[in-house]
Order: sequence, then C-alpha cells, then structure tokens
Amino acid sequence: MVVPGLWSSAMRSGHTPLAEARRDDDIDSGAGAVGALRAAEPVPATALTAAPADALLRVEGVSIDYRTDQRVVRATHRVGFDVHQADRFVLLGASGCGKSTLLKSIAGFIEPTEGRILLDGQAVTRPGPDRVVVFQEFDQLPPWKTVRDNVMFPLLASRRVGRAEAAERAALYIDKVGLTPFADVHPHQLSGGMKQRVAIARALAMQPRVLLMDEPFAALDALTRRRMQEELLALWDEFRFTLIFVTHSIEEALVVGNRIAILSPHPGRLRAEINSHQFGLHSLGGVEFQATAQRIHRLLFDEPEAAPGTVAADAEQLTHQRPAAVPGHLPFRISV
Amino acid sequence: MSHVLSSPAGGPRVPPVRPEVEHTLPPLTGFAPEHPLPLAARIWQQGWVRRLVIIAVLAVLWEIVARWQNNDLLLPTFVQTAKALVEGLASGELVEKTAISLSVLLKGYFAGIAGAFVLTTLAVSTQFGRDLLSTLTSMFNPLPAIALLPLALLWFGLGQGSLVFVLIHSVLWPLALNTYAGFQAVPETLRMAGRNYGLTGIRYVLQILVPAALPSILSGLKIGWAFAWRTLIAAELVFGASSGKGGLGWFIFQNRNELYTDRVFAGLALVIIIGLLVESLGFHTLERLTVRRWGVQR
Repeated sequence: MVVPGLWSSAMRSGHTPLAEARRDDDIDSGAGAVGALRAAEPVPATALTAAPADALLRVEGVSIDYRTDQRVVRATHRVGFDVHQADRFVLLGASGCGKSTLLKSIAGFIEPTEGRILLDGQAVTRPGPDRVVVFQEFDQLPPWKTVRDNVMFPLLASRRVGRAEAAERAALYIDKVGLTPFADVHPHQLSGGMKQRVAIARALAMQPRVLLMDEPFAALDALTRRRMQEELLALWDEFRFTLIFVTHSIEEALVVGNRIAILSPHPGRLRAEINSHQFGLHSLGGVEFQATAQRIHRLLFDEPEAAPGTVAADAEQLTHQRPAAVPGHLPFRISV
Repeated sequence: MSHVLSSPAGGPRVPPVRPEVEHTLPPLTGFAPEHPLPLAARIWQQGWVRRLVIIAVLAVLWEIVARWQNNDLLLPTFVQTAKALVEGLASGELVEKTAISLSVLLKGYFAGIAGAFVLTTLAVSTQFGRDLLSTLTSMFNPLPAIALLPLALLWFGLGQGSLVFVLIHSVLWPLALNTYAGFQAVPETLRMAGRNYGLTGIRYVLQILVPAALPSILSGLKIGWAFAWRTLIAAELVFGASSGKGGLGWFIFQNRNELYTDRVFAGLALVIIIGLLVESLGFHTLERLTVRRWGVQR
C-alpha cells in the first residue's frame, strides 16, 4: 500500500507549482481527479520560478489569549504566515508555544484576540467542515459508530452529500488507509494506529479545504508512527490535500512537512519559516537533514552559533564529518 | 576505584559476549491457536444461568425458614406463595391489576423521561438552563414523591392524574441529574469533533451528547424505573385505589386487610418478577445492543 520511493523525486522538487496547477474544483471531484493530477506531472521547470498564487489560508498577526480565574495568559503573539494549496505546513515548537492553540483557532474553536485568519479570503469565525481536524486523542471517534459509520458521519452530519455517495466515499477512503477488512467493527476493537487511520480516512473523505492535524501520531509507538508518516505522505501524494500539521518532533516536521514554521515558547511567536520539501523518510540521517535539524534546534532553543574553538563547535564539526554514522540517529533528543 | 566496581571474583563486571542466534521459523503444525472452552464453563458464562441459581438458592432458603417458622399468617412458604400467584394469574385478577399498574407507571415514566430530556438539553445549551436544572434538582430531588401525593390529590383529584404527577416527580430528578452528569463527562475531543462537522443545537445533543452519555443515561433510567415502581406501589398501599381502579398495590393492601398473607406475598413476588424481567429483558438487552457493543462499558 505504501510506496515510499514513489513520491521522493520529481514531486517533491518544488512545493508551490502543483498548487498553482490545481484548480479548486479538483478537491471536490474526488477520486476522479487523481488520474488527471498525475497526468500533470512532472512539473515544468518554469513553474518553479513563477510567483506564488494567492494563499489558500492566511494567518495575519494572530494573538490568542486564554483566561484563567486569576489572569489572562497570552498563548500566541502576533503570528502570521501563508499556507498555499497542497502545502504540508508544519507548526513546530516546544510544549507551551501555543501551536495547538493556533491550530484550534484555525479550526474555529478559539477566537483570536487580535489579528485574523482568512480561508479563501473569508474570515474564519466558527468550526466548519471545510477545516477538518484530526486530533491526537483516540476518543475523537464516536465509539457507538462502526469504522464505516465513523467515516460517513461527518459527510452526513454536515449534509454535504447523500447517503449513497457518503457510503461510496467512505469505502474508497477506508480502502486507501487499508482498513477495508475492519469496516464493520467498532473503534474499541482497533489498535491506536488503526484508530488514527480511521480519523485520517474520515477527514480525507470530507475533502476539506484544509486538513488540520494536531500531533496525530504523538500517542503512537515509534514504529507505528514511522509507518503512519509514510502512509500520510503516500496519501498526500495521491490526493494532494492541503495540510497543517502540528508536532513537537523536529524529525517528524522535516519528514512530513514541505515548510516548517518554528514557534518560540511563552508566548508563541514566529521564529522562522524553513523549507523542508527536499526531505523525506529516505533522507533520515543524511548530512543535509542533520544540518537542518540542528539549525531548527538552534532556532527553537535560541542557542547562539557555536563560537570557533569551543567544545560545541568541535562537536558540531565532528557530527558533520561523520554523516550518517548511525542512520536515523539525531545528535539530540526531544522528548516525545 | 575499579576494585569497588569489581565482582568478588576480581574480574570487571562486564556481561559475557555470547554468540548470536538466528532461528528459522517453520510453519506451526499440530497446534490449534484457538480452541473452545468446555461446555460447563460456557454455560456458566451465561448471566441468566447465574441469576437463576441465585434466585433458586433464595427460594430454597425461604422455604426452609417458613417451614421452620410454621406460621402461615406471618410467613407463608414459597410453595404456598407460588400457588397463590398461579391462582391469581389464572383467575385473571392479578393480570388485570398488573395491567392497571403498568399503564399508569409507563405514562408517568415516559413523561418523566421527556421532562428530563428537555431540562438537560436546556442545561447544556445555556447558562440559565444550567442554573435552572441545578436549583430545581437540589430543591425537589430530596422531596419524597409520596409526600406530594396528598397535594396532588387535592389538585388533580382522585384518578390517574395525581398518580402520574407523583411518578413524574420520582423519575424526573434522578434521571435529569444522571443525564446531565453524563453530558458533562463527554470528552472534549469528541465535542470538538462534533462541532467540527457543523453539528449544533438539538442535532448536536442527539448525535453526540446522548450516545456518548448513554451509560449514565441508562443508569438514570434504571434508577428512575425503580423509583417509579416504589412510588406507585407505596401510593396504592397508603392511599388505596387512588387511581380510581386499584392496581397491584391495592391488591396487596386489600389482601393484607383480609389476612390472606400468601396473596400479599404473591403480589409482592409479582412486583419483584416484573422488576427482574424489565431489568434482564429490557435494560440488559439495551445495554448489550449499545454500550457493551461499543466497548464503553464492560
């Protein structure tokens, strides 16, 4: 089902051109559009230099406060960025940088204190089925519905399509996440990874304008998480949805995203936006991958560049001289 | 320093380097990874078998104590009671009384459920509804329904109206409390998922909150059912045939006056049997089809 090598070369060479080539109605035409999209590849070189089209989602100077009984705490301070069609946009930061709060705000659950969030030029005011969220917690799936009913549920609840088409779409996306044999079981009989697959299938079946994922793999074991990243990228390769992905793992950010927004903690401010379209699971442990990971690490923790002659500089020199000595091993750890 | 870390034998404490091993795994044969439990264990797994055993043991104990007591007026035996029960059912008298009781009971019960649903829906949607529910429940829940019956008789007169009124009172508050507690325990993620798909108002309550809170709602329904039975029988026992035609409680009351103790026991036994049937056929089936199947309750 998963073909990691497939999406590695031509398609990941640039992150905006496909977005421009794509029309809005592709999203709503479902599986039929996939073939047409594939025909559009590979991307002509000229498209790479074209100016980016209007952003699909625009976050403009957004600050978010949350209120306790005693005080008002600023979670996010004047953050702004653009997300384009078919982006895999990652919000990366340590705990307490307000990245989940920001995502919930994009989803419409939390109203920003200042600034605004525009989707297709329209201000986001409330939760809606055009911005489907995949949460970290497994209890996002109603336990009283089977896998199939769970995937059909939002389609019927939002009254987007009729029952027949909802069933058809559910079957397609359940198949895409490899859960067809489990379509008629209830969520409590599934493993954690399978539950997240159901949540992803459910979100994709809605064919939302933006797919929001709030640390969707954080509660999974390391091996399952790796496989889920692979599968997510394979799904993106097929359906080219627009993704906003929250994580606190640098490695996951580099693998999953094509652009990473780095947020500083307390309150969350935008520290940097970094491109990572050139990395995938194949690049784990590579020289460039490690260098970028270290750069992000520095940006996250605001460590100064190592001064020449210091122990830190020597250590960095060493890691650069011995690339991929231990594949997949990073020179630091982030607790997960 | 290395002496400190050394083993008593003197060598450094390093585990031995052992040869590596790789096994080729042949396909498993001659072994069933799954086999059925023995028949006796499977029968004992059935809940109703265990319940029947408990009831049988209680009946035998009753029979022994009654025979030892040897006073029909105070404590008739199990066999005598069973005989009176069969006779009452055969003559149609008990069937009629039960039908009267049950029809009043169901009216009050369902009206109470409807009231509880309205109150809790208000409570989850508005601050005012929340205050209304908490104030009303803390005021009325401690009031025994039977204590309201004299008032109800004044207001609604002799007849079903006053009984239905006290039944609603006995069902409404415990059910509303349980349902509201269940609504509040619905996980935040599930709420957000529901709102994410554009569910609001009554659709949100019916499609997210009610199924998610069903374990609490079911336990509220059970408590409400028991309270309703108690109230109904007590009302008829204390105030006689207050619904115009007498029900089961009236049957017990009359026979006590005429010292037919075995019939009194037969009436009580019928109350118990109906309770058991409703529990095992009604609520248990409902649980098996819903909360157990969904894995939200063991």
